[in-house]
Amino acid sequence: MSSEAMTMTMDKEKRDDDYILEVNNLKKYFPISAGIVFQRQVGAVRAVDGISFNVVRGETLGLVGESGCGKSTTGRTILQLYRPTEGSVKFEGQELSTMTGNELRQMRRKMQIIFQDPFASLNPRMTVGSIVSEPLQIHKIYNNKKERQQYVEELMEKVGLNPYFINRYPHEFSGGQRQRIGIARALALEPSFIVADEPISALDVSIQAQVVNLMEELQDELGLTYLFIAHDLSMVRHICDRVAVMYLGKIVELGPVDEVYENPQHPYTQALLSAVPVPDPQVEENRQRIIISGDLPNPANPPTGCNFNTRCPVVFDLCHQEPDPPLIEVRPDHYVSCHRVT
Amino acid sequence: MGVILEVKDLVVRFYTQEGTVYAVNGVSYDLEEGETLGIVGESGSGKSVSSLAVMGLIPSPPGKVESGTVNFEGRDLLQLKPDQMRLIRGKEIAMIFQDPMTSLNPVLTIGTQITESLKLHEGMNTSQSRKRAADLLDMVGIPDAYRRLDDYPHQFSGGMRQRVMIAMGLSCNPKLLIADEPTTALDVTIQAQIIELVKQLKDEFNMAMIWITHDLGVVAGIADRLLVMYGGRIMESGSSHEVFGDSRHPYTVGLLGSLPRLDSSGEEKLIQIEGSPPDMRNEPTGCPFAARCDVREQFELQRCWDERPPLEIVPDAIGDGTHVMSCWADIREGVAQNV
Ligand SMILES: Nc1ncnc2c1ncn2[C@@H]1O[C@H](COP(=O)(O)OP(=O)(O)OP(=O)(O)O)[C@@H](O)[C@H]1O
Ligand SMILES: Nc1ncnc2c1ncn2[C@@H]1O[C@H](COP(=O)(O)OP(=O)(O)O)[C@@H](O)[C@H]1O
Ligand code: SF4
Ligand code: SF4
Ligand SMILES: [Mg+2]
Ligand SMILES: [Mg+2]
Repeated sequence: MSSEAMTMTMDKEKRDDDYILEVNNLKKYFPISAGIVFQRQVGAVRAVDGISFNVVRGETLGLVGESGCGKSTTGRTILQLYRPTEGSVKFEGQELSTMTGNELRQMRRKMQIIFQDPFASLNPRMTVGSIVSEPLQIHKIYNNKKERQQYVEELMEKVGLNPYFINRYPHEFSGGQRQRIGIARALALEPSFIVADEPISALDVSIQAQVVNLMEELQDELGLTYLFIAHDLSMVRHICDRVAVMYLGKIVELGPVDEVYENPQHPYTQALLSAVPVPDPQVEENRQRIIISGDLPNPANPPTGCNFNTRCPVVFDLCHQEPDPPLIEVRPDHYVSCHRVT
Repeated sequence: MGVILEVKDLVVRFYTQEGTVYAVNGVSYDLEEGETLGIVGESGSGKSVSSLAVMGLIPSPPGKVESGTVNFEGRDLLQLKPDQMRLIRGKEIAMIFQDPMTSLNPVLTIGTQITESLKLHEGMNTSQSRKRAADLLDMVGIPDAYRRLDDYPHQFSGGMRQRVMIAMGLSCNPKLLIADEPTTALDVTIQAQIIELVKQLKDEFNMAMIWITHDLGVVAGIADRLLVMYGGRIMESGSSHEVFGDSRHPYTVGLLGSLPRLDSSGEEKLIQIEGSPPDMRNEPTGCPFAARCDVREQFELQRCWDERPPLEIVPDAIGDGTHVMSCWADIREGVAQNV
């Protein structure tokens, strides 16, 4: 570790209670309707079902779990792209869930999102220049065209795109380059917090490292805070400071990455980590896998008691009873929700 | 153990409106009985096309197998007539794909789809084939198998559909199973279930297997030998232990260096391969990796642009002499020796 990196870590420890984001009992339910003429609500998908966590300024918090467990919904509900069903989201101390109109628009400048699919998330009829400068226009920054163009070129350079390509269209770029365009657009308003929703999943392996290195460099340079949503658990260990493991709309384990990866406490986290293949035949030969049977239950109809009780290898009678196991601190900064552990 | 499949100098191209796509540019490999070969490489590197060619499934037009031989148990599959090939496909060589929904017919029940091939290849009647189909579903871990024969594909989850595909693939005891990214669309816990299942069935059925993936972790656990492909060519091949433990090709080395690992804390910066994969519409000359290769750059190797490096045995290999690569340089010496 360089001495500079060292002081940064120490700073981080010192400012541990400097939360940029505080999420409390957040819920997002999507209604399920039936009937063709008279739509009536017959149930709800509990995409996010009461989660609480804080994000420290300057850190990268990973959000992992299987597809459909509620990661993207969490990210979008935090940014108020979906309005919460219940609960609180505080950004820099201000409550977002009740904020509307201009006030919310101003807050949004500081919180941006990068999407998974660099192909679908960029308007194919807009040039790179207009894509990157769109947020500037919306927020009426740089009314001088020349200044704006200069700023966009700076942004392009910052993310490793040649400004020479400013008038080209997204289809003329590769996947990795398109993701750089998405990052440049996210940076345009100088945000302090970025939700990165599977930013590398659609990219080739050799390109993933390029984008991750770029995100890390930008974080150091601009002091960004990331919520990094991913299903690649190896990459999460590399890029994140802490990780939250989600299962069926809830956080089941939360803690510093090395602590959670080396000492996972929740049976789901243990199974998840043991399922990840390691690119090393020698390691793989001696690996013990915990194979959990079955599929993710339907989030419209979660099991009574612990959500993992239909697949848990160490389930016992208490797990089928209300209330659900609470998220409890079992070691410093390491939280787990499981009756076996707490 | 004998060689079951011998692919030699396979060249496949697609003649499209945007020009010729040079998809596979001279691929050769052998597969032993009972062996698992992992084919790895990035999107567009020719993994699927080279395997589809083995199965006689290249869509034509626009595709064309330009040259090469595919020797399977003494016959060159590329010379067979379509109806001869149909008898081999499904019976002796089976293939499973990434997205079961594209290979399952959405309007037919699972039972109908499995029994079809049992009737064609094994001459079974309806009740025999239904019994066998239920046994197969049971074997791949579908609960309540006999009743589920009458369900449609959409009534199964992604992981279960992949199990159904595996059951169909195995229905006629094939000698070779080609699996093209069979777990890529699945979550890791489901992927682990499927890999465990396939490993167990492979031993039971004593099949050879080709497992195509871009996930180096998956093949590390499943493959005996590996082919690393790039730009429609084999860059490096050998036993898994050799390719992972004694990588010699600059692309393999770069690829492994760019992967973070679950089992170590990620303090160091990831090694990154600059640039992006080649446009396969350019006629291949020289080494396909030349534009991104830091070894070529460091030693200013002109030859890499001009001449295609042959696939040759790596010097001082730790294994049995099957470790090969196509590169003009020898990275161990820190200099480009061969050039
Ligand atoms: N039907 C087709 N028409 C035209 N070009 C094709 C066709 N099928 C494949 N190709 C091209 O052939 C090359 C090799 O493709 P292939 O599908 O083998 O890649 P792959 O290694 O399997 O990649 P992936 O990891 O994305 O599956 C690519 O450039 C691809 O675009
Ligand atoms: N707009 C929506 N309308 C209805 N259901 C939704 C919507 N978005 C997500 N869901 C459902 O909410 C659950 C969580 O989805 P999501 O947050 O996208 O999961 P993840 O990102 O972890 O894969 C899933 O069951 C999904 O089908
Ligand atoms: S509470 Fe029970 S079912 Fe849930 S994870 Fe713990 S042991 Fe398993
Ligand atoms: S042949 Fe040349 S360009 Fe190709 S991998 Fe070897 S050193 Fe690099
Ligand atoms: Mg998602
Ligand atoms: Mg493919």
